[in-house]
Amino acid sequence: MMSFISYLVNGISLGSIYALIALGYTMVYGIAKMLNFAHGDIIMVGGFTIFTAMSTAWCPVWLSVIIGIVVCTVLGIVIEKVAYKPLRSAPPLAVLITAIGVSYLLQNIALLIFGSASQSFTSVVKNVAPVTIGGVTISMETIISIVVSLIIMVCLTLFINKTKAGKAMLAVSEDKGAAQLMGINVNATISLTFAIGSALAGVASVLLCSSYPQISPYTGSMPGIKAFVAAVFGGIGSIPGAMIGGILLGVIENLSKAYISSQLSDAIVFLVLIVVLIVKPTGIMGKKINEKV
Amino acid sequence: MKKTTLNNIITCGMVLVLFIVCGFLSSAGVLGSKLSGLLIPIGIYIILSISLNLTVGILGELSLGHAGFMCVGAYVGGVFSILVQDVVTVSWLRITLAIIVGGIAAAIFGILIGIPVLRLRGDYLAIVTLGFGEIIKSISNNIYLVKDVNGLHFSFASPVSGTDAATAVDIFKGAQGIKAPQDTTLLIVVIVLMISLIVIMNLVDSKTGRACMAIRDNYIAAQSVGINVTKYRLVAFVVSAAIAGVAGVLYSHSLAVLAPKKFDYNLSILILVFVVLGGLGSMRGSIIATIVLYALPEIFREVGDYRMLIYAIVLIAMMIFKNAPYFKDLFEKFKALPVFDKFRSKNKVKAVGGESK
Repeated sequence: MMSFISYLVNGISLGSIYALIALGYTMVYGIAKMLNFAHGDIIMVGGFTIFTAMSTAWCPVWLSVIIGIVVCTVLGIVIEKVAYKPLRSAPPLAVLITAIGVSYLLQNIALLIFGSASQSFTSVVKNVAPVTIGGVTISMETIISIVVSLIIMVCLTLFINKTKAGKAMLAVSEDKGAAQLMGINVNATISLTFAIGSALAGVASVLLCSSYPQISPYTGSMPGIKAFVAAVFGGIGSIPGAMIGGILLGVIENLSKAYISSQLSDAIVFLVLIVVLIVKPTGIMGKKINEKV
Repeated sequence: MKKTTLNNIITCGMVLVLFIVCGFLSSAGVLGSKLSGLLIPIGIYIILSISLNLTVGILGELSLGHAGFMCVGAYVGGVFSILVQDVVTVSWLRITLAIIVGGIAAAIFGILIGIPVLRLRGDYLAIVTLGFGEIIKSISNNIYLVKDVNGLHFSFASPVSGTDAATAVDIFKGAQGIKAPQDTTLLIVVIVLMISLIVIMNLVDSKTGRACMAIRDNYIAAQSVGINVTKYRLVAFVVSAAIAGVAGVLYSHSLAVLAPKKFDYNLSILILVFVVLGGLGSMRGSIIATIVLYALPEIFREVGDYRMLIYAIVLIAMMIFKNAPYFKDLFEKFKALPVFDKFRSKNKVKAVGGESK
């Protein structure tokens, strides 16, 4: 029973990281109607930035984390401006291939700089002892992941529903043309969405690399794809859906690792996606949209 | 003769002549061992890229799980060859049978995967095919197959229980993969390549191909004129999967050892790069792109490290140049220059309207 609870807590921790990444996917998908394949690799870039910053002697941990998040945010905006903006009116296939190209580009740049071997990442909370609650030992990374993700989710929900910029994002995702007629700066809003999504990826990179203390050019791609699965699971375009989907997927993955097979856990995660898409393609919280002719 | 037929014959002839010339040069020793060794993989990759072009270029759906179908074909065909190694000793017959078995297995997987996947479109379809590719890879990573006097033993965990230790032979060893007999020869690759090229090009020019292109260009319009969307999409998808499986069989029989980690997401992307850079929907383009992009980095080893980086940049640049409104306008203006007047056919009327969103 105790081990079940500890698997569950670890699952929720992994799931909240997935949720953070999935939020980025879902927001970008909602507003730009595109699957940002490079989102996972932004996590990797964030991880390497923090790794490099921390390995220099003068840079304290908190500053490295901030640098990492800032680099991710800027990178997100740059990618949007350079690669995706010219393709606003292009067919979806072209946009998707471009996104894959960007993802590939980031991976290969990292590969050239850091090599393909994975390097050990020093956890940002390495000297804090794990906490024992009722016989279950929980590491500090797990607690921080859950707490940070919860705070971010609450802030994001408030931001989107209460502020002007947040409401503009909702409006643009609903109808780009109408939003523009209402005086909303569509381009700025889309850039803002990419910036927020990438900043969340930056936070996720800190949490991910601290919980699983390794980093390689491929670090981001699997969590990125799984987070996309989480976003679809929760209903793509829906922000509460991404959170629920992320946490559920993390729990499913950790429990199947513990009780079924650690080798096949990836296969199980993708099986979840396929079952969801067959049974309820709109996900848990998604709305059904009819295609207009 | 119809223009398309002539075009297809030119494409087939081009490939055939190229491989015959290269084959002769390599047997004469002019080509050197490095280049001769490239001929078989290039042939296999051409088969893969033309089969993916059927899904991406003709059907208009991005499949990121092509390596998965190749994996199915490679392992089913490979295991079949290992099992019949003692019965069928003629290598060309063995690989022919393996190709048939592997192709059918991949086609069955294509149907099984296609039925749920083809209910989806666009981004969802891409990610689900990616998921299927990963599932196939991680399952093959965990297959253990042992043969002994009592028959075959299969398990998902490492020491396979209940085997007779004295006669046990590993056939499929999880992450280490299989050791299929090396039956693939250049002649077989070229024959298979020609057959798949003819099959695909005829499919594209047939009723099915035209229906697929109609679906690609406008899904709803195609549906409304009575095209059975699901059926034609499935046909194209399954043919593409089966041919990828055949390429997989050739692949597993051309290597000494084949581990499942070879069939990862990056392989699917590499084939996609060949297809996109060759031109979506153009078989000749895919063939040329595969030859150039596969052979050049192997010849110039120095740029090998930068190969993927260059591919990525070219991929992005190509999409932006082709689709961005600014470059599109520029291209139209360039084409309208009086210099090009004599190349323009006089009776061609520019299509007006009908642009869908």
